[in-house]
Amino acid sequence: MLRRVLMDAAPLLLSFEIAACATVLAAILGIAVATLLANVRFPGRDLLETLFSAPLVMPPTVLGYYVLVALGRRSFVGQAFEAVTGSSIVFTVTGAVVAAVIGALPLVVKSARTALEEVDPTLVFAARTLGAPPLRALFTIQLPLAARGIVAALMLAFARSLGDFGVTLMVAGNIPGQTQTAALAIYDAIEAHREHDASLMITVLTGTCLGLLYGVGKLTARR
Amino acid sequence: MTLAVDIALPGLDVAFEVPPGVTVLFGPSGAGKSRTLGAIAGLLVPTRGRIALGDELWFDGKPRLAIHARNVAYVFQSLALFPHLTALENVAYGLRGEDRRDRARAMLARMRVEPLADRKPRTFSGGEAQRVALARAFVVRPRVVLLDEPFSALDRKVKATLLDEVGAMLAEHRVPALFVTHQPEDATMLGERVVFLEHGKVTRTAPMSEQPFAT
Repeated sequence: MLRRVLMDAAPLLLSFEIAACATVLAAILGIAVATLLANVRFPGRDLLETLFSAPLVMPPTVLGYYVLVALGRRSFVGQAFEAVTGSSIVFTVTGAVVAAVIGALPLVVKSARTALEEVDPTLVFAARTLGAPPLRALFTIQLPLAARGIVAALMLAFARSLGDFGVTLMVAGNIPGQTQTAALAIYDAIEAHREHDASLMITVLTGTCLGLLYGVGKLTARR
Repeated sequence: MTLAVDIALPGLDVAFEVPPGVTVLFGPSGAGKSRTLGAIAGLLVPTRGRIALGDELWFDGKPRLAIHARNVAYVFQSLALFPHLTALENVAYGLRGEDRRDRARAMLARMRVEPLADRKPRTFSGGEAQRVALARAFVVRPRVVLLDEPFSALDRKVKATLLDEVGAMLAEHRVPALFVTHQPEDATMLGERVVFLEHGKVTRTAPMSEQPFAT
């Protein structure tokens, strides 16, 4: 019985690990891009925003194709990664993390940008006139005041990463015990008419996502 | 040292000098007073012109000195106290060195708001917030002071007391100070000279001794 539960839980645990890694990476890259978009006017700003929003609307197969081309074993990045780590990006957990990051980034960039733009610019100006260089004003005034919105963005990113299916399937495959996440395991179980095997994962994913969305609502509610 | 300002922004073209002491920038809403202060502080970039403090060039078509290096005390109309920091942290924000908290506390005491040191701005009354904002502006020993109607929301009695205290502080720390207002009585209480601004242009400058507001 215990063995069965542990076997059922393995894809779930992998999903949570991948979602945690993807959220950290999406936070670093997404907050940096959101800061750039919120605070700096530069040529190509609209194009950058479009690129980071694209995963919201593009078919997962198309996104997966681009990732395979960019990071596959025949690509420069893929070969460099393999030379350094001895492992490829695609069809590994690393590929699953990359897939989850791609799904999570638009949510982080859009929500964090909104949170940063909602900070009263006069407060940032005040910090600058008090001798703060731009980065100090960002880290001591703008980011702390946008913290609730940014935490909400990261919660959304975690929820999105937890359930990624299409890009993960394309980039990481569906290898039981290696790259099979909960979303993929549920698909396999339902397709094989083993609904009972999927019930634990469905319950946990549903509860986690609803809990995260409730938290996001609380965090972003107007005070 | 005198602050020399000769700048243009869309709908604004002004040239005047601010010697040490208080110069009032007087005019109706929309005349361009706040934007002039913003340009001096470096928050707005003029389309052309020159800003210099003595021999030090701040702007001559391009910014020559970064905002954070100008050492300007800017008291905003909204006061712009940092809501997530205590009064002490607000006042210490612009200070460096190990004694920064002691110096901030001393300035809070000087402005008679030392008991607020560990409280956050949302708990302050209007007058208390003004005092903390002024403490934060003056504690950095600024080279130029910019006051953008910071007393407009106060009742007459509190405003008169604060104008007195700011006047004393500026008399002690004599640097070019620009005080934006559209209230003749405020201008008369604090100012030594006045620059009249209308529709983005300087229409007249006069020392306060000439009673420029007399009808």
